[in-house]
Amino acid sequence: MDIGVTTNHFEKINICLDQFISSTCAHSILLIDRSGQLIAHRGNRLKIDILSLSALTAANFGAVAEIARILGEEEFTLLFQKGMNENVYFSLIGEHVIMVTLFDNNASLGLIRLEIDKIINELSKILSCIFEKKMVPKSCLTQTF
Amino acid sequence: MGFINFSKNEIQCKIVYYGPGFCGKTTNLQYIFSKMNDETKGQIVSIDTKGDRTLFFDFLSLNLGKIRGFDIRVQLYTVPGQVHYDTTRKLVLKGMDGVVFVADSLKRQRTRNIESLTNLAKNLAEKEINIRSIPLVIQYNKRDLEGTDSEILPINLLENDLNSTLEVPSFPASALKGIGVFETLRSIGKLVVKDVSRDIMVLDKQFKS
Repeated sequence: MDIGVTTNHFEKINICLDQFISSTCAHSILLIDRSGQLIAHRGNRLKIDILSLSALTAANFGAVAEIARILGEEEFTLLFQKGMNENVYFSLIGEHVIMVTLFDNNASLGLIRLEIDKIINELSKILSCIFEKKMVPKSCLTQTF
Repeated sequence: MGFINFSKNEIQCKIVYYGPGFCGKTTNLQYIFSKMNDETKGQIVSIDTKGDRTLFFDFLSLNLGKIRGFDIRVQLYTVPGQVHYDTTRKLVLKGMDGVVFVADSLKRQRTRNIESLTNLAKNLAEKEINIRSIPLVIQYNKRDLEGTDSEILPINLLENDLNSTLEVPSFPASALKGIGVFETLRSIGKLVVKDVSRDIMVLDKQFKS
């Protein structure tokens, strides 16, 4: 069954992500589903190929989930990659969504981890509404299909 | 699992190219990438080994234009064809909306084609998906070898091996020369969009009731 994201959901997600960016100094943030589809993105350095980044992130998480299974873990819920200038923090939100936080050396990893813990609850509520109810707004459908 | 963004009026779909090793899945994507305009395509991403074999997947994002006000964005993936990469194939199949099965026309690959199609059906069944219920198209690749020293299988034999019960659209092709590549893509694109539209109608009915 397909997933529909309404304008209302989208606005709520964007508010959460904008708040997160302003409180952490992360420069960009992406929400993707575990099959590699991009749900939302915010930030000021998104000239990178975010669709390829989404596909690779989902694949990376899938591969790491298999490593977890081999080690007898149900799942690894976060991943962190550190570069010379750019860093990426991946965190799982519920069953279906991965949050990708991109930040440079001006942002603090500790603060990002702290703020992610805060934002995850709020995002989980919105995302569970999208993924579990799979509700599609009647007005949009009757207008377009 | 199509992803419908009502805020951006965009539908994202995932199409997976499946088939035995060296059948030409990556070549299909490379040909599509080489012929599409820059405005409609993203970068092609490949995770392969030095021997040209796909290790994880290839990925290409395309914008197929608008249908009823919605931008249709299609993401094409390939899977590794080698038998021992089954876990990777299952990962790439996650959330797919349609499959192109690329069969190798070489006579020596006959058994591998059948094994790969059976493997696709098994991997879908593990996700509680019946192969007959998904948008599926079969491509008989390497038809350009007809008339050369390489022994290739006639189309009717390939149809009998792979498509006698599925009865899905099928296309002779040469991914290397570009023959049949876009016919295959158009066919699976239509089936996927039709399927996603039908799902939306079902959701709409559920919402009304």
